[in-house]
Amino acid sequence: MTFSDFTTILPVAILAVWACALLVVDLFIPKDRKGVTALLAALGLAISLGYTLSQIGDERLGFSGMVALDGFSIFLNALILVCGLLGVALAYDYLKRMNIERGEYYVLLLFSSIGAMLMAQAADLIIIFLALELLSIPLYVLSAFARSNVSSEEAGLKYFLLGAFSSGFLVYGIALIFGAAHTTNLYAILAAASASTVSPLLAFGAALVLVGFGFKIAAVPFHMWTPDAYQGAPTAVTAFMSSSAKIAGFAALLRVFITAFSPLAVNMTDVLWGLSALTMVVGNIIAITQTDIKRMLAYSSIAHAGYILMAFVPYGNAAVAPVSVAAGLFYLIVYAITNFGAWGVVIAVERTEGKGLAISDYSGLAKNHPALAAAMSIFMVSLIGFPPTLGLVGKVYLFRAVIDGGFVVLAVIGVLTSIISAFYYLRVVVNMYMRDGEPSIRREFWLDFTWGALAFLTVFLSLIPQTLFAWASSALMKLF
Amino acid sequence: MEFLLQPLTLVIFFPLVGVFALLFIPKENKDAMRWTTLIVALITFGISIYVLTMFRAADVNLQLVARYDWIVVGGWNIQYFLGVDGLSILLVLLTTLLTWISILSAWTAVEERVKEFMIFFLLLEVGMNGVFLAQDLFLFYIFWEFTLVPMYFIIGIWGGPRRIYAALKFFLYTMAGSILMLLAILWLGIYGNTFSVPDLIARGGIPVNIQMWLFIAFALAFAIKVPMWPLHSWLPDAHVEAPTAGSVILAGVLLKLGTYGFVRFNLPLFPEAAVSAAPWMALLAAIGIIYGAAVSYAQADIKKLVAYSSVSHLGFVMLGVFALNPEGVAGGILQMINHGVSTGALFLLVGMIYEQTHTREFRLYGGLWKITPVFGTIYLITSMSSMGLPGLNGFVGEFTVLLGAWGAGQNGVFYWGGVWLAAISALGVIMAAVYILYMFQRMFMGPLGEIVEEAKKHGRPIRDLNWREIAVIAPLVILMFWIGLYPAPFFNLMAPAVNHLVGMLPLP
Repeated sequence: MTFSDFTTILPVAILAVWACALLVVDLFIPKDRKGVTALLAALGLAISLGYTLSQIGDERLGFSGMVALDGFSIFLNALILVCGLLGVALAYDYLKRMNIERGEYYVLLLFSSIGAMLMAQAADLIIIFLALELLSIPLYVLSAFARSNVSSEEAGLKYFLLGAFSSGFLVYGIALIFGAAHTTNLYAILAAASASTVSPLLAFGAALVLVGFGFKIAAVPFHMWTPDAYQGAPTAVTAFMSSSAKIAGFAALLRVFITAFSPLAVNMTDVLWGLSALTMVVGNIIAITQTDIKRMLAYSSIAHAGYILMAFVPYGNAAVAPVSVAAGLFYLIVYAITNFGAWGVVIAVERTEGKGLAISDYSGLAKNHPALAAAMSIFMVSLIGFPPTLGLVGKVYLFRAVIDGGFVVLAVIGVLTSIISAFYYLRVVVNMYMRDGEPSIRREFWLDFTWGALAFLTVFLSLIPQTLFAWASSALMKLF
Repeated sequence: MEFLLQPLTLVIFFPLVGVFALLFIPKENKDAMRWTTLIVALITFGISIYVLTMFRAADVNLQLVARYDWIVVGGWNIQYFLGVDGLSILLVLLTTLLTWISILSAWTAVEERVKEFMIFFLLLEVGMNGVFLAQDLFLFYIFWEFTLVPMYFIIGIWGGPRRIYAALKFFLYTMAGSILMLLAILWLGIYGNTFSVPDLIARGGIPVNIQMWLFIAFALAFAIKVPMWPLHSWLPDAHVEAPTAGSVILAGVLLKLGTYGFVRFNLPLFPEAAVSAAPWMALLAAIGIIYGAAVSYAQADIKKLVAYSSVSHLGFVMLGVFALNPEGVAGGILQMINHGVSTGALFLLVGMIYEQTHTREFRLYGGLWKITPVFGTIYLITSMSSMGLPGLNGFVGEFTVLLGAWGAGQNGVFYWGGVWLAAISALGVIMAAVYILYMFQRMFMGPLGEIVEEAKKHGRPIRDLNWREIAVIAPLVILMFWIGLYPAPFFNLMAPAVNHLVGMLPLP
């Protein structure tokens, strides 16, 4: 191991050291001043973000090809770190208000971010597995963080059991791939797979890996845990995990499929097509019947996994793959911004003891809190995919990639399910603007700042998406 | 930043100045908000007049072009591309005119949440002008979809008892139509490596079978908006529930977005498909004319009657457009303006009486002429204009359209159906006279109606129009006479562009 190896994962390493140190420092921070821990955690994330950005342009492998540093990983690491920062901003006041403020929260959030970043960098199936566990285990704990609350405990347990189950699939898949290719390194698997005709063992292994990740990204039919976990977990945790874990899952999935499994495209394209279509249809249809905003957003996040999966479908077509990867990455930004914003509003409206979470609790919001209602409308409109918001730009990018790859029917399914989604997103808007009620909301600087800034970005970036487009299309995976 | 000073950019985005100003006016100061909005809308109207003075009708190309790269990265080639020609200039003027008229009409009708109402109205104007001026398909799509959002709020917040249902229906129906168009737009963008409409037209050469699919995707979006039979069912709900100002804009401008879309995109982008679809579209138009007129007659609610009459009137527009000859297309475009003027005026008048009586059942009225002679006279003129009486605007538009349709029947554009399509449609003119005169008679003739007596009993007798209301309606009445008596300036504005458009079609 040389120093150069070490610098490939420098942002991850910094954050890891910081998190361990924070665990100790937190012991000396008095109970009523845990805000300091939040501040320190944010500082660690910011420093790591700084180093990530300083790596732009760097491309190499480290640790004998176990981790990769390339535009793709830098892009995703930056996005994951921003999600971490937003997660801290949303948690700061929320934990206090819900009487669950403990310093471990921020440390666990950092560890989970470390796992997510490693997922984006992993070039070896073993590292992917380790990173996945590092990402997931803190999330299990965070889901059950509101300890005495039964639904939070249920969420943690459910998430843990199904997460462990999905890890089993992943490990089994890795084992089969190792049996077929005699290696766990992604580049070596590619070489082994393209050298001979594709062995059924490898294909089966790849399918199991897909199942394992399917759980993480909450694709139908592996989504069963999502609504319960998202609903039961403290809302600040849900906001964080619905963005960060999903981004990490997609990062690893993209890298594995494009790097190692491109010879399998003949078999996998149809599977991914079906998975994507099924996820869009089921997620959107079940979301219609939800009356709880957290459950509705949970199904919405399932549906959005389906949209992002569209980017995978043309992955075997070398001419289209770069466009579709860029579209997928761009949509991850869109999703992170919009999703975090929507959860921020949910946190502002939520009250203690699980009150203020029904969609009907949003009635009359526009009258007394016009800014909050306007922000929520922007997020809802963006989730539908309507101008002038990032949601439209993101969906257009995805649809273009799919049409470019020749999968017009999938694009048609995508737009038709968007119409279905308009129905339930607009219900929130209807309640806010067209019904009467007296909701009381929480005003706090960081919370207001989070949803305000994200609402502004959702509109503003949709008018000048060039920079983001350029980043996304230059954040390509390097095939070493 | 140079693009900000382009006249067309200003027409579209100047209302945003008003939106920004409104944000800083305190909630209680309603009159300040009304005046701000009105002044901004009037300035926008002024800018559109300025555009008209710069416009050279003889030039068939796009004029006052503002063209800048917008998203040109990663295989995208999207431009900020605006331009005006004879097909769109009148519609832009109609939009800016009806916007300030609507705002003036909502002066006393909207008392609640005035700030939001005015903001949504100005945003709506941005969207509508954007649709008429955008020459890049992507930019067009953004404006097109954006118009839905403010209208959704206008119906949903300030509408009648079933407003939420109507707003949602309006949103979902229109979105369902237009989202397939998005895929067609993306296909064109990949095919031509540009979204610029003139470039795509110049390039041409789309295989005919694919043209057919693209034509259908675009036509579906536009046909729902028009609305063509059998896709019209959202319109009566939206009209009945919308507040007066919303109805005026909905009928006056939003429906024209659909018919304009056919003229601007379907005909030149997919010429072969347009030619083979012509008799089918004409058939749907003819059914719409007859169906709309027949259903109008059965209505008891004035707004519903006018809504269904829109289905009938816009059938004429579509019949003219798909006659694919200069008379038909020019008549269609003029009929768009006519419908905006006449139906807009009708909705305004209905709103004025509704504000006093809170009922739209016209059987409850009666004998109004005796009490409100000014209102009655203007209502009569507007009704006559709507049913196509010679000397008023409706006649000129419908006559030209029927002339075009007859020609299309004779020269084989309607390769089946022939002149019969025009002949059937002509019946619609007679039917219009029946339902409109019936409504007029029930409202203004005969003994005093129930509601009139009741109003008198409660000490609030129905009054005639006041000066603000006359000012609101006067420009439209002037236009009815102007177009009816001397339509040449209007035809001259569009004739070269229309001839150019028809010249591009591979007619039989």
